[in-house]
Amino acid sequence: MANKFFVAASPHIHSPQSTQSLMRDVLIALVPAFSLSLLIYGLDVLRVTAIAVVSCVLVEYLIQRFLFKGANTVKNLSAVLTGVLLAFNLPSDIPWWIIVIGAVVAIGVAKMTFGGLGRNPFNPALVGRVFLLIAYPVQMTSFPKPISPEYVDAFAGATPLAAVKAQAVEVGDVNLLAMLQGVMPGSFGEIGALALLCGGLYMLWRRVITWHIPVAVLGSMAVFAFIVALTQGGGALMYELPAFHLLAGGAMLGAIFMATDYVTSPMTAKGMLIYGVGIGVITMIIRQWGAYPEGMSFAILLMNSVTPLINKYVKPKRFGIMTTK
Amino acid sequence: MNKLQIITGGIIKNNPTFVLVLGMCPTLGTTTSAINGMGMGVATMAVLIMSNLVISLIKNLIPDKVRIPAFIVVIASFVTIIQMLMQAYVPSLYASLGVFIPLIVVNCIILGRAEAFASKNGAIDSMLDGVGIGLGFTLALTAIGSVREILGSGAIFGYSLGIADYMPLVFVLAPGAFFVLGYLMVLFNKFVKK
Amino acid sequence: MKSTLFNMVAVLFSITLIASAGVGAVNMITADAIAETKAAATKQAVANVLPEFDTNEQSEQTIDDMPIVVYTAKKGDKTVGYAVESMTKNGFGGVIRMMVGFTTDGKINNVNVLEQAETPGLGTKMCDEGNALLSSIQGKNSWEVEFKVKKDGGELDALTAATISSRAYYEAVARAYQAFLVASGAKDKADGVSGATAAKSASKEGNTAQEGGKNE
Repeated sequence: MANKFFVAASPHIHSPQSTQSLMRDVLIALVPAFSLSLLIYGLDVLRVTAIAVVSCVLVEYLIQRFLFKGANTVKNLSAVLTGVLLAFNLPSDIPWWIIVIGAVVAIGVAKMTFGGLGRNPFNPALVGRVFLLIAYPVQMTSFPKPISPEYVDAFAGATPLAAVKAQAVEVGDVNLLAMLQGVMPGSFGEIGALALLCGGLYMLWRRVITWHIPVAVLGSMAVFAFIVALTQGGGALMYELPAFHLLAGGAMLGAIFMATDYVTSPMTAKGMLIYGVGIGVITMIIRQWGAYPEGMSFAILLMNSVTPLINKYVKPKRFGIMTTK
Repeated sequence: MNKLQIITGGIIKNNPTFVLVLGMCPTLGTTTSAINGMGMGVATMAVLIMSNLVISLIKNLIPDKVRIPAFIVVIASFVTIIQMLMQAYVPSLYASLGVFIPLIVVNCIILGRAEAFASKNGAIDSMLDGVGIGLGFTLALTAIGSVREILGSGAIFGYSLGIADYMPLVFVLAPGAFFVLGYLMVLFNKFVKK
Repeated sequence: MKSTLFNMVAVLFSITLIASAGVGAVNMITADAIAETKAAATKQAVANVLPEFDTNEQSEQTIDDMPIVVYTAKKGDKTVGYAVESMTKNGFGGVIRMMVGFTTDGKINNVNVLEQAETPGLGTKMCDEGNALLSSIQGKNSWEVEFKVKKDGGELDALTAATISSRAYYEAVARAYQAFLVASGAKDKADGVSGATAAKSASKEGNTAQEGGKNE
């Protein structure tokens, strides 16, 4: 009863945005990348996404109902979004039971253990993905052939990052245009830089996200790659290497959709920039010198863990406060 | 406090792993399988019982200001003895527990019990406290080890359950130790300790 | 007891004295047993990678700053094979030690990993029987093999999702091969050929030199 008469402190600004509408906008923004994957990998994409979404929603519902004994939170679509993002980080021929385990870890461990939406320190979909990557490295790093025969050649072998890491391919020989279009092996949601960018622009237009995080992540990655290219002798590599790193692996998906998760990213513009640069630099360090070919998911999770610290130290100046000497 | 309470207290109310949260380094490091967890637990228990006994016997002889160095010398001697005995008679277990045996010296459970219990109580009670805390530690490590072995490599005490290909490898790696410890701690405090 | 300087020194001295006496006593009791277990473990490791033998002599070499021990196994007067305890520091989890058994004609008889800290379930497969690494070199003439995984342009299989471990494994085997060449005398005979890789490429000469070494 008391809750009904609760009056918050000012300012009393009403926003038409709700959790549900935000999540719906993000889901709409993912449609171009999803359609592209359907085109390249076929109906398997639908299968993986459906299993991931259903199991995420089911886990959230069951925990909310029987452990928390609380209200049904499925309607706010956040579990659906986690499911879709988790699916986007998987190869399209992954067995169903691995997807279910990923969903249990994403929602059960990473989100509900900490108290549900808004209380999770780490991005649930990424926790699920990293868990699966370490738990099932073989299944998570072998990618299927695409359905249409015209693409098959481009898909022989490993992801571009893995190929370059193993020194099987020179960066200069990689077909950057194909990577932009998404004609490369990888988790089905991370290919197709162009489609992901379209989704990002939609979210910017709908004001779901601001430009700070994606630009900071991608910008710092490009600068880092440029410096690496300089130390390796420059030349054509100076634009090829930055372009390659921006298009390869989970750079776009991570920068636009994963790093911008509200719950796990800083609140102020300055904080977002620090956070984004941190992600970009850590990703590049892992790609350049680490044991794994791709470091985007690790980088985001690491920066998730310092988000509370960033929030504590990067505060907007309060209006009317004067510093006294 | 009667004798039985001292033992059960070490297992449940003062469980070193799930309640006192002491000795996390061996807890996380050695529990990759049930047998490793149990071996570490038993080795620690042996050191704990003997060091508790000796410290409670000599507690009145030790000047207060040098009690910590004196305790550490006693503990380190017993650890070295245990290490040599294991190396001689159970080399396979010694090989798998590796660096963690010498680390028993700095396991805070042992110094903690010496300081909190053995230096204030009689010899018999101190030994029983060593048994109780040691059992609590052994049971906790065996439980963590079993869960990690089942989930991570589809086996229990080395017997394969035939499901290894389906199990998430991560549980035998370091991150899995944190997951399992966290959830077992929750369950222990909810259902066992009340 | 009061914390006077004399008390503290006296008590600490006597405690350390008694403790070291105790440790020393246990050491005297267990020293033989420890040495025996270690010797038995080494003998077992050598026996695992070689055909039947009666005695073995050991000699040490240093290759790339790493100590490599060669056990020459004899049955009667005849040399039946060489077991090389080789190592590498380039494993995914650091050091890998292994025992590599060569027959006298240079065939890789068996490999047994003694110590490793690789990722469980991936790199640790190098210890399993009949794993991809072992089966791609076992029984082969070592001078005909280029110790490189397919990813690096070689012909040898790697463990799935454990390329670094696989590379380290072959590196240690290659080092064992170098030690074997020196120990068996084949390296001196392969005149003018310096280094194991060159010896490998000159497989024919290596082969005959090997035979010569054995007949001596």
